[in-house]
Amino acid sequence: MSGLGWLRNLDRRWLFLCVALLVIVPLMMGFHVAPVLPGHRAKGFYDTVEKLPAGSTVLLAGDYDPGTIAENYPAHLAAVRHLMSKNVKIVAIALYPGGPPLTDEVLAIGAREYNKQVGIDYVNLGYKAGNEVVMSRMGLSIPETFPVDSRGVPVGQIPVMTGIRNFNDLDLLVNISAGYPGTKEWVQQVVSRYHIPMVAAVTAVSAPEYYPYLQTGQLQGLLGGMAGAAEYEALVKHPALAMRGMDAQSLAHLFIAFLIILGNLASPPKRDAGKRDS
Amino acid sequence: MKREIPILITLISGLFCLIGFFVPHPWVRNSYEDIQTWALILVGLTYVLGVANLLSVNLKSVSARRTDWLYKLVLVASLLVMMGIGFSEGDKYLDTTSKFSWMYRNFYSPMSATMFALLAFFIASAAFRAFRIRSPEAMLLAIAAFILMIGRVPVGNLISHWVPDAADWLMEIPQNAAKRGILIGAALGVMATGIRLILGIEKTYGSGGDGA
Repeated sequence: MSGLGWLRNLDRRWLFLCVALLVIVPLMMGFHVAPVLPGHRAKGFYDTVEKLPAGSTVLLAGDYDPGTIAENYPAHLAAVRHLMSKNVKIVAIALYPGGPPLTDEVLAIGAREYNKQVGIDYVNLGYKAGNEVVMSRMGLSIPETFPVDSRGVPVGQIPVMTGIRNFNDLDLLVNISAGYPGTKEWVQQVVSRYHIPMVAAVTAVSAPEYYPYLQTGQLQGLLGGMAGAAEYEALVKHPALAMRGMDAQSLAHLFIAFLIILGNLASPPKRDAGKRDS
Repeated sequence: MKREIPILITLISGLFCLIGFFVPHPWVRNSYEDIQTWALILVGLTYVLGVANLLSVNLKSVSARRTDWLYKLVLVASLLVMMGIGFSEGDKYLDTTSKFSWMYRNFYSPMSATMFALLAFFIASAAFRAFRIRSPEAMLLAIAAFILMIGRVPVGNLISHWVPDAADWLMEIPQNAAKRGILIGAALGVMATGIRLILGIEKTYGSGGDGA
């Protein structure tokens, strides 16, 4: 062990450099460490969207902002592509003030690829402050909660909003969530009350919080972080941002596991320290 | 009256929200709807208060040249520039070609993502310097961390299908049981706090200032 003693004084900038290289090189080179195998949570998400008949309408809540773009954006884009490929109509909203431009971006990409028209096939109703109150208010009336879309067009003049009064007129709730307000609040305020089917794509760190909802059937599918998004991209057969990021994430995870071992070898814990801890 | 009126408003609003959740009668439903509309308006107004407070606190620090006053100046300038450009573009501020959108894409978005990305570096440093396996409990934590870190990424499948399977088991059985317990405990706590608020026993929201 004494041979590794010099590591105790290792400048941490070397670690930062290693992390940067392990993330940047795979992203730039695009090699594949291992294939992405979808799990049952991602399959649940995929199957729920897949079962929607053409012409259905879904509520797409993009509750995140650029802070979690690396984890949420790939799932958001993949969900829009999947929904548009099945000719499902999208009513998008955001409960994060920084969210609407990201929603606009993914909708515009999907619309270009699948030849969809704003107002007819999809609409972005924009941001509304109020968190759970907005969700609850939408249960009474969506047009009264969002009287105009993000372009300022009254919802009464938007064809995709025809016949949409509340959650009873929607076939699925797709939530892309970075935390609060997000998946937990949608389940508590909307799913438990209006029994609308729901799937969610969340940040990896928050995913464990939603496993109970998945087990009880309140969530039909769950994508956790970039790994979940990559599994979904594999299922929709449209490899994109998340699949590309998986090599970087695999190597970074391996490196951090290696650092834990190395750190303990370099400065092994003293026996009396263990007694103090316990 | 400074104490009684807020308690009365809380009591009426809380009771209507509670009853409105279960009773679909039009009289209850209409009042419930009105209260929610008022709540949305009030939340909107809090943004104005927030901006006013932010300007007041930070401008005082800047004018007094307190610690980090330069950062506060940058904060205030950024706020005013974004607001000014947003207002000057009116309804078109979210158009992809607007100046506001350009600033969102080129300043706000990369800076926010950078703050989050910095976590990777801090986690690497903490893993090396702080994660010491000093007890059997710490050993259990380390083993679970290794299984999850490797099992949640594709490289886990490359090692063996047992690694992702073990990660799934950890997440769905012990983790889920603990999380469910926490959720139930938190829900009971929220219910108790809600009842205390409605009945005026919990008064922390009205404390401070003149109304204390």
